[in-house]
Amino acid sequence: MHRSIESLLADARESGRPLPLVVLDTEAKETGVEPDAIRARIRHTLHVMRDAIDEGLKGDVRSPSGLTGGRAKRLQDNGPRILGPRVTTTLARAIATLEVNAAMGLIVAAPTAGAAGVLPAILISVGEFMEVDEERLVDAMLVAGGVGGVVAQRASLSGAEGGCQAETGTAAAMGAAAVAWLNGGTGEQVATAVALALQGMLGLICDPIGGLVEIPCIYRNASAAMQAMAAAEMALAGLDFPVPADEVIDIMGEVGRRMPTAYRETAQGGLAASPSARKLVHIRPSRTPTGISR
Amino acid sequence: MVSLFDILGPVMVGPSSSHTAGACRLGLMGRAIAGGTPDHALIRLHGSFAATGEGHGTHRAIVGGLIGLAPDDLRLRQAYDQATAAGLEWEFHDVDLGEDVHPNTALFEIERAGEKVALRGASVGGGRIEVTELNGFPVSLGGGYHTLVLLATDRPGTIAAIAGLLATEGVNLATMRVDRTGRLEEALMTIEADQPIPDVAIQAIRAFPWLHWARRIEKIS
Repeated sequence: MHRSIESLLADARESGRPLPLVVLDTEAKETGVEPDAIRARIRHTLHVMRDAIDEGLKGDVRSPSGLTGGRAKRLQDNGPRILGPRVTTTLARAIATLEVNAAMGLIVAAPTAGAAGVLPAILISVGEFMEVDEERLVDAMLVAGGVGGVVAQRASLSGAEGGCQAETGTAAAMGAAAVAWLNGGTGEQVATAVALALQGMLGLICDPIGGLVEIPCIYRNASAAMQAMAAAEMALAGLDFPVPADEVIDIMGEVGRRMPTAYRETAQGGLAASPSARKLVHIRPSRTPTGISR
Repeated sequence: MVSLFDILGPVMVGPSSSHTAGACRLGLMGRAIAGGTPDHALIRLHGSFAATGEGHGTHRAIVGGLIGLAPDDLRLRQAYDQATAAGLEWEFHDVDLGEDVHPNTALFEIERAGEKVALRGASVGGGRIEVTELNGFPVSLGGGYHTLVLLATDRPGTIAAIAGLLATEGVNLATMRVDRTGRLEEALMTIEADQPIPDVAIQAIRAFPWLHWARRIEKIS
């Protein structure tokens, strides 16, 4: 995969190929898998994404800890009050996927399980508003994947390594790029969308209560989805950012490396260490299950 | 090398790629090394696996892997019932292996058809795993290849004999590693191959007088 947004765009510019095709060709060349098979596999992941959203919005999923479940439906049923229906629907969808994830449902870890709500919410929602067909969504996924590949190589995708900015921040950058591209954005606008989305997520810590991928994760996924849509909107309107996307990605990696351990998925700092979170002892069962029948 | 589906995936049962998908793959490796569904498994969980495993479905994912359920199989939710039906007995214990050990480490003691195997593995991120110890010997197995692990007396010609035999069967070797306990003592060979290792090759290898032990490990999903 490409190691910089700049090289990805340059490749597209110089070869005259659209961005998704550059990502697809590169993947086919590096893995030896036929482009059609790659697209088919992406279609499958899109179906899993849709199913997870539908399941989460039914409202009856509950995580084993009892911390999450039912909130996506509550938002869907009660909103929108302040935001437009598009944004509220996207937020509810992001929460839906993460609630399904917490309930041991089937999700796509794109780029991680903890950030699995962002990309599906954005892609499915924007795809719906714009009435784009599935092949265009596959193209948008390729753009998102290309961006995620750059972040994986230049910084990190892991909350344990780089905090939440590495997980939901990367997901927001991927989603912003996909939306900008779907809306006919130029290569430069796609790159600006990446930079704008990620700069807004810089420094975000990973502090899950009880060490579980639940709270604040479901809300962080919702806010990352909103961040991504805002970034795409601003980039498409021609707003610029003085620091190129690759540099913002590098900075995210540096912030992650300098982040104290307590804020990197250890449940020892941040919200996880708050007095109220510490009272939730029931979410940490110390049971050691056995299947011995005697 | 990063692949597109490391980014746009994996498709998996939640909630955590390391604590659920990776845990399931460790179970699958235990099963592959045992050669099928074990009769009994004792699993010791260290670090974050022990501390937050239950809330992440880690125990269920490991048990599911041991009976052959893949990371994207929704039956992982009912892994305990499935495992009971499959005839697996299992027990979990917590263990403290010290601060230097990977936080998502599990030790397995597995029995199948009267044979015992012990392995140590860790879920190293994004659902990827590494088995680092097999029956007390250091190994490095990720589950991505068809693998052959052999314990033989360290003497000249053993590597050539094994490689030659596999070549005859049309098996292309991806990696090969030899560790020995001392000169002309015991050597542990780990061979990763692109193709499945056929039964005839295993039987022929087992017939070598200097071979103590051979184990074929199927590639896992």
